[in-house]
Amino acid sequence: MPTLDLTSSADIVAGGDAVLAFTDLHVTFGTEFGDVHAVKGVTLEVHPGEVVALVGESGSGKSVTSTTALGLLPGNARVSGSVRVGDKIVGDLDPAALRKMRGNDIAMVFQEPMTALNPVLTIGDQLTEALQLHGLAYGSQAMARAAELLEMVGIPEPRRRLKQYPHELSGGQRQRVVIAMAISCDPRVIIADEPTTALDVTVQADILDLLRSLKDKLDTGILLITHNMGVVADMADRVAVMLKGDLVETGTAEQVLTNPQHEYTRRLLGAVPHLGEGSGQSDEGVRASVEKEKVDAAVPALELDNLVIEYHRLGKPPFRAVDDVSFTVGPGEIVGLVGESGSGKSTIGKCALGLIPAVSGAVRILGEDYGRLRRKQLKDLRRRIGVVFQDPAASINPRFPVGEAIAEPLAVHQVGDAASRKQRVMDLLDAVELPRSFYNRYPHELSGGQRQRVSIARALTLEPELLVADEPTSALDVSVQAAVLEMFLSLQSEFGFACLFVSHDLAVIDLLAHKVVVLQNGRIVEQGDRDTVLRTPREDYTKRLLAAAPVPDPIEQKLRREDRHRLLAELGDEIVELRVDPTSDPEPPAGRKTPGAEGGNPLGGAFHGG
Amino acid sequence: MTDAETVTIEEKSYSQGQLVRRRFFRHKGAIVAMIVLGLVVLVAFTSIGIGPIPGWWDKNPVSQYEKVGTGAPTWAHPFGQDSIGKDYFALVMLGTQKSLIIAFGVGLISTLIGTVVGAFAGYYRGWVESALMRLTDLLIVIPLLVLAAVLGKIASPWGIWGLTLMLGIVTWTGLARLVRGEVLSLRERDFVVAATAVGTGAQRIIFKHVLPNAVGTIIVAATLAISAAILLETSLSFLGFGVQPPDTSLGLLISQYQTAFTTRPWLFWWPGLMILAIALSVNFIGDGLRDAFDPRQNRSKA
Repeated sequence: MPTLDLTSSADIVAGGDAVLAFTDLHVTFGTEFGDVHAVKGVTLEVHPGEVVALVGESGSGKSVTSTTALGLLPGNARVSGSVRVGDKIVGDLDPAALRKMRGNDIAMVFQEPMTALNPVLTIGDQLTEALQLHGLAYGSQAMARAAELLEMVGIPEPRRRLKQYPHELSGGQRQRVVIAMAISCDPRVIIADEPTTALDVTVQADILDLLRSLKDKLDTGILLITHNMGVVADMADRVAVMLKGDLVETGTAEQVLTNPQHEYTRRLLGAVPHLGEGSGQSDEGVRASVEKEKVDAAVPALELDNLVIEYHRLGKPPFRAVDDVSFTVGPGEIVGLVGESGSGKSTIGKCALGLIPAVSGAVRILGEDYGRLRRKQLKDLRRRIGVVFQDPAASINPRFPVGEAIAEPLAVHQVGDAASRKQRVMDLLDAVELPRSFYNRYPHELSGGQRQRVSIARALTLEPELLVADEPTSALDVSVQAAVLEMFLSLQSEFGFACLFVSHDLAVIDLLAHKVVVLQNGRIVEQGDRDTVLRTPREDYTKRLLAAAPVPDPIEQKLRREDRHRLLAELGDEIVELRVDPTSDPEPPAGRKTPGAEGGNPLGGAFHGG
Repeated sequence: MTDAETVTIEEKSYSQGQLVRRRFFRHKGAIVAMIVLGLVVLVAFTSIGIGPIPGWWDKNPVSQYEKVGTGAPTWAHPFGQDSIGKDYFALVMLGTQKSLIIAFGVGLISTLIGTVVGAFAGYYRGWVESALMRLTDLLIVIPLLVLAAVLGKIASPWGIWGLTLMLGIVTWTGLARLVRGEVLSLRERDFVVAATAVGTGAQRIIFKHVLPNAVGTIIVAATLAISAAILLETSLSFLGFGVQPPDTSLGLLISQYQTAFTTRPWLFWWPGLMILAIALSVNFIGDGLRDAFDPRQNRSKA
């Protein structure tokens, strides 16, 4: 496939000063099923102080490409073409020289900060390790430098943090530590592999601010690998789009995102849900589906009344995950439950399924109170509720063929005979737009999007009146997500079920919810119609959430970023940036909040943004 | 590389069973071991026959034959003869039969008990788990050989079947712990939660959803239990607590002729070699199965 290079000649800096250059890179993996050509001739350069975003869906070879730069590919990989880091050709280096290059010339920021840090070593040990290995500083000198690095990435009280372990820090702070490790040896180029994918949107915005200031102030080149077009718009100077190992389009961020030339790029951008442009659902839609189902509109599908849920912990007071939450989901209505990680949204979903008991308050499903049901009645009630989980790979029994998985609810409730069950499964496969031949396929043979369709079909087997969907699309690629959401909407209008849709993605909620409930730390911050909450939010927290969600348009995103900084200033928060000129004594600057690091929270800092 | 894997699977799809079979048949050690074990089983049961069915070997293990020389292996008596002239090939084959029956019986019984105990403990948690796992701990802290010896003695009136049952009852503990661990992680998976949410009962979840996913662990542990059972039976019989005469087994043969080690070494070597062949080949098969079920431990050369 020919690469469309949209970079105008003025933008091309002389090739010699690139800090990272791939030239006609091919990577092939030898597997037990034969060879897999993962990267097919990629040519790409990263210059100092420049962010190049490598974009593509899962399996496009973007991570493999970046891993070659560190020489970290597994043994069954064959590489041809050249990779140059600074003035070194990676393929020519011996293991000792490779080790010297890693850290010194090129560093990596990983996706999952919890697994990228060693849980049994202190932050200080891990930060000083690179310094000592590369002979930059030893002992107390290294510790001082480590404190300085933490100060630079905006972690308060750095000297105290050095003695702490990764689990004592929040997700955002951990990612800052990972970034501090990456810049500890002052590399010329940093590879950031989905650095914000595991983080909440407000934390993501902070980390992106930090990375941006890093390239401005240290003149480091950054190769940013991401699937999130909003992040690309926010960060990238240049964009390279990969499809199945080929580089299909490169150009400046503005060119690629606002005027894509390749058909795939256009499709990819078209699939990104755009916050503020969601078609949403009108009230007529609800009424129509209510009439169709002839359900009693007076009985809400789900009614939560002052719901309190606590998790019991050994030797500690119970942790209150959900505190005094009340809302209703009317028949045929989609209610979006939004919040960051640890806000209790999934807990509420599980409680609505009757998997977690409430401490106080009531959960009424279709007018029946969970707490007062006996086993038989509970089983009958469960016939009327469907569920779709986040990870389609985990939520379908790998030992069941697709047909059997979809028919399982029928078998459990002993509905129909073998022939009628098969007929029902065939109808459902049609409804979720999967070929009927999938009946005998196993889940591992299906792609993520197809598995999620199976999962949705299984949820609809018994024609539930209420569907609980827990982040059903967040594990999927954007183009797949768009197709699944579209199908979800048409199924909803066809089957007319009420739905509790749990998501962290405001754009997705904007696309399909009638009503929105915003949660923070187990409490409702704001609830109301989609338009009211997402267009004219009243609460600061909602405003902050909305401001932090990036949109896939570099110009609009720049305005949004400035708006967000203005909002943060108004709210009295600090804008995150790299502090390259630390004071001689790296002790805490006053006034910065120190979230989630100590006590009172069973899931460590995961409940708070960094 | 997950990227690489997804691409391959799209090209040609295999069911999970096919994948396991494919990987197993590429494990050369396991294939050789399977052939060896197959031959041993075949020869042991066809040569002297079972019960009333006669075999192709013209001598039987009870009759005394005229001694040829010192009784060392000859064409007439390939494994030699013992001190009173019995055909040692027939004797060893009889011993192998009994040892194999005991080993596979013990493997089956201990796997069944271990799986059920482990699955119930792991799935139900709470007091069920406490009770079952404390029972397991209790069995583990008593030295296995002592326990097996006492129970074996009690069961000796019922012949090798009694011994098989007793050994099965004391050797399931390791497997129960393995299965419990596996079930503990499986029960938290989304597909189990999804099954619970549609109203599936506990028994159905355990036997239809959870255990089929633990089958790899169970099969591997079962093969290793078989080879452990062979050795346990041998040591018990050698010590005189296992198979009692007039029944015989490989361990008992060694024990009976241990004084002949210097004068008639073949009486010691043949049963010893059979034990070695069976235990090693079962172990190799277990190894091959483990690699086949767990592709992460892949040792294939790139």
